[in-house]
Amino acid sequence: MTNFTRRPLIAAVAATALTLPASGCAAGSLGTSEDGQGGAGKVSIHFLVDSGENTTASAKAMVAAFTAVNPDVSITIESRPGGSDGDNIVKTRLATGDMPEVFHYNNGSLLQALKPEQTLTPLDDLPGAAQFDRDFVRSTQGRDGKLYGGPWGTAYGGGIFYNVPLYSKLALQIPKTWDEFMANNEKIKASGVAPLAQTYGESWTAQLPVLADYHNLKTAVPDFGEQYTAGRAKFATTPAALAGFQHIQELRDKGYFMKGFASAKLNDGLKAVATGIAAHYPQIGETASGLKDVAPDHVDDVGFFALPGPDAATNGLTVWPGNGMYIPKTAEGDKLEAAKRFVAFSATQPGCDAYSQGSPPQGPFLTPECQLPAKVSQVAKDTQAYFRAGTTTPALEFESPVKGPALEQICIQVGTGQVDATKGAELYDQDVKKQANQLGLPGWQ
Amino acid sequence: MTHTAPLTNQAGTARTRPPRAGRSRRRTGPYPLYFLLVPAVIYGVFFALPTLLSFYYSFTRWDLFTATWIGVDNYRAFFGEQALVTGLRNTLVFGVLTSGAKVVLGFLLALMLTSKIIARGYLRSVIFFPVLVSTIGVGLTFTILMNPERGLINQALGTIGVAGPGWLTDPALALISVALVDIWKGVGLATVIFIAGLVSIPTEYYEAAALDGASKFQIVRNVMLPLCRPATASVITLSLIGGLRSFDLIWAMTKGGPGFASDVIASVIYKQYQAGFYGLSTAGSVVLFLLVTIIMVPLTWWLNRGEDN
Repeated sequence: MTNFTRRPLIAAVAATALTLPASGCAAGSLGTSEDGQGGAGKVSIHFLVDSGENTTASAKAMVAAFTAVNPDVSITIESRPGGSDGDNIVKTRLATGDMPEVFHYNNGSLLQALKPEQTLTPLDDLPGAAQFDRDFVRSTQGRDGKLYGGPWGTAYGGGIFYNVPLYSKLALQIPKTWDEFMANNEKIKASGVAPLAQTYGESWTAQLPVLADYHNLKTAVPDFGEQYTAGRAKFATTPAALAGFQHIQELRDKGYFMKGFASAKLNDGLKAVATGIAAHYPQIGETASGLKDVAPDHVDDVGFFALPGPDAATNGLTVWPGNGMYIPKTAEGDKLEAAKRFVAFSATQPGCDAYSQGSPPQGPFLTPECQLPAKVSQVAKDTQAYFRAGTTTPALEFESPVKGPALEQICIQVGTGQVDATKGAELYDQDVKKQANQLGLPGWQ
Repeated sequence: MTHTAPLTNQAGTARTRPPRAGRSRRRTGPYPLYFLLVPAVIYGVFFALPTLLSFYYSFTRWDLFTATWIGVDNYRAFFGEQALVTGLRNTLVFGVLTSGAKVVLGFLLALMLTSKIIARGYLRSVIFFPVLVSTIGVGLTFTILMNPERGLINQALGTIGVAGPGWLTDPALALISVALVDIWKGVGLATVIFIAGLVSIPTEYYEAAALDGASKFQIVRNVMLPLCRPATASVITLSLIGGLRSFDLIWAMTKGGPGFASDVIASVIYKQYQAGFYGLSTAGSVVLFLLVTIIMVPLTWWLNRGEDN
């Protein structure tokens, strides 16, 4: 084992050894450390967020609210793309010591891939940390048990958006089992509406039928997360895990996908389910914040239910316990102090209100400090119902650090009929092996 | 042609340059050795060293902080990668298809553009323009044009009653569609090289062929084709290397999708890099390097053989 500390050299090697022009790292990295020395005693920090419209709006609102009460700090927002391009930028900027003082990112398995113990500042002493949502804390801890992030936004569910007016027109019930769901789809198709929106033009959206099925998987195999992390349980050989892939194949084989699904993007899918072009859209609830922009007159025409499983009695929602705000180890002194204050602010009522201004919340906040606004979307109400009933399960990526990078492409392969469900699950089992090996987990050699 | 030119040049320099002061005669070249220093350092630091280091890192599990030696595991994983099987085939298909089309189309266009036609200069510019445009810009533009429902191409086909295919969304067609765009974008460069080759053929050959009563076709077949062989070799070499390691256009248009249908080796490597498997992606780069070398070295040798005779 060799330990390298000469980061700039390593970075140069990483950039050139690939011989590829598009590594895209460190956009706007010039001058992150030197600028903003202007005002006397004023601390200037940077905040890196993904470039989604809602995230940007929330970040702007949060910065404005924070600097209004903390005039000694100035914050510049930097943006990065989402998806795997964004993962790449976050990893590279952390590795080269070029990360802004605060950044927003996923928790769970994506956070584990950043090796938080080595790269991030522990935030256990954040005010109010003891009260943070338990699932959020668990999925934002490093392997050393320390908390590495403050909450960003709300928890949200992964399930199925449905068109409310269509459901009342056809007198359909919210399905509690997969069979009921397929029966609904049949009626919807007979009425001349496409039962399901899929948006393969934006590939990450393709994986929801598998990811959001985790509540059902865990109900059937309670220790799946553990066994899977240890390399003993596999998707292809666990019937309840294979079900996610089979559902994609079944929906495709029956011709339930909307027209143009192969090139459609997230906003096309949202618009389709809001305006009744498609009846259903498997998604994470958080994306409903975008409805106000793509279909402003139909925001409340979209409802939300959990991905139905085999048994109505165990119906429940797979949830994502929010996202995190993180501080890299490279932040020091005044800047570190200011960064911590900013992260702490996001977990107070004024911080949450600022967040809501940019992105209408689609689930409960992650700290008891924050209350939801009086008027929330239909999706938020439907999500809340599962939280109140206590029938929620955090997604697999929060129980296990192992998530393969190619799940979205494999789901698209199944959904376009290039491979069948079993083959898809086998391919995914091979894909996750690389992540497990990269993390050095035992049991995967 | 391109290869013999430097030789005559050197010989010419040696003959015509008058001998300078005595000590310069001991040197092998006309410039002092330290002129080499700056380029050598730049080349060493930014090319030779990373290349050598990448061979080392390809045998490690590497997260940019620590590198653990794991032997050939990366290569085993890379060749076990299912995207690689399609990727390898796609790389070859893409390379051969684009390079072949550029040679044929480039030669035909060059024939047309060296003959006496109207607006020759303007047409030459038009053919060359796509080469100057940013690849990413071209990729995004064609992605919009090729959209199956809203794209201009299928709408145009629709007006004459043809239902256009899903150019980039049909797994069987995606790679071909990207290849077509690559040909459109790259054929201008091939044409320019061919024009240079054709223009440099001395007119005596044409006169001799005309005296012997050769037809137009025979002139192309027996005079032009053999005599612009160095240009053909350059076009094949350049476009095949470009095709084998092409990445930007594919990434801009399909990101290797749908699924893995249009993945090439370079995009597979990039995906491993994105996922943070730095050792694995470095191993992939080494594989690509070896593949290009194995194909190109014998091919270049074969294309250039006999050129000195």
